[in-house]
Amino acid sequence: MHARTDAPSETASSWPEDIFSILQRFEVRQVPYVPDAGHSQLIERVLGASSMRAVPLTTEEEGVALLAGAWAGGQRGVLLMQSSGVGNCVNMLSLTQIFRFPFLTLVTMRGEWGEFNPWQVPMGSSTQAVFELSGIKVLRASHPGEVREVVEAAAGQAYNACTPTAVLLSQRLIGAKVFTK
Amino acid sequence: MSKANLLDRRAVVGSLLADRKNAIAVGGLGASTYDIAAAGDHDRNFYLWGAMGGAVMIGLGIALAQPELPVVVITGDGEMLMGMGSLATVGLQKPGNLTIVVLDNEVYGETGGQASHTAATVDLVGVASSCGIADARPLSTMAEIEAFAQAMQDVRSGPRFVSVKIDSANLERVLSSRDGQYTVTRIRGALGFGPI
Repeated sequence: MHARTDAPSETASSWPEDIFSILQRFEVRQVPYVPDAGHSQLIERVLGASSMRAVPLTTEEEGVALLAGAWAGGQRGVLLMQSSGVGNCVNMLSLTQIFRFPFLTLVTMRGEWGEFNPWQVPMGSSTQAVFELSGIKVLRASHPGEVREVVEAAAGQAYNACTPTAVLLSQRLIGAKVFTK
Repeated sequence: MSKANLLDRRAVVGSLLADRKNAIAVGGLGASTYDIAAAGDHDRNFYLWGAMGGAVMIGLGIALAQPELPVVVITGDGEMLMGMGSLATVGLQKPGNLTIVVLDNEVYGETGGQASHTAATVDLVGVASSCGIADARPLSTMAEIEAFAQAMQDVRSGPRFVSVKIDSANLERVLSSRDGQYTVTRIRGALGFGPI
């Protein structure tokens, strides 16, 4: 048996389902996103869920402001984005401290673990530090089997304790993007 | 220096909110927040003292969460220019209860009166229309403002976007609370939501 039990192809379809069921259980209603290949399965599930409103964005910072409004209006949300989008959010992340609202974001990582495209590396390398400098707690999932407990912990502390939290979904989990001609 | 035929911003906002009923009002960073405060503090006022470019998205989040309540975002041309992509996002969602009012004085009044893009080239009504907000128009008289204040109570026929060219005179600041947690907790309380 191959030593790498975490090969994406073996379990690629299960962890997005784990995330979806956690979001449903926490009564998440607004799901703003900037599309990413790593989030594609989850986005499909959200688009098909009558209890959730998928909100495609033009840039990620819109999603931070949307979730602040959602909270003022009595709803929970989650922001789906790629690591390159985190830099677009920096000033708007102030809202998590100003309003102390339950901010949760799930971030698919690029620029690590066999990355082909050098343009992804600078932002991917600073993603965690940018969050931490902005006062956001960071959790990471690198293997399919740990996604459920990591996202569950993140949703719990975000929604129950209003502790702004980001989950980094490693490129090792998602699989490095393959560029072919 | 006042120009002819431009509306007074305080009169415009005062008229929009005079008979607001259950409406939630979001004020963009800068003078728009002062205008909303000048019209009278209210437990459904959402004052922004930062987050430039975020006013429309905050309004959208509230509007999607509370589809039976009118939500009006009142902001300036500079703040709107920074969040222009959010008009595309609103155009896609088409919330019937969301109204966006831009008070356009063609300058960045809070930072020394530097010219904004609307002074020379940008037509924000055209931008909103191109983004799929079908009811997008300029308003230029107080009679139109009064009629629009009634129209924005209709939570089925939005989203709407209006641009009002206003006098660029700097008015006395009317300072609202700067405490974001207070503001949001107060709105949530008015809607029946308690603290965590």
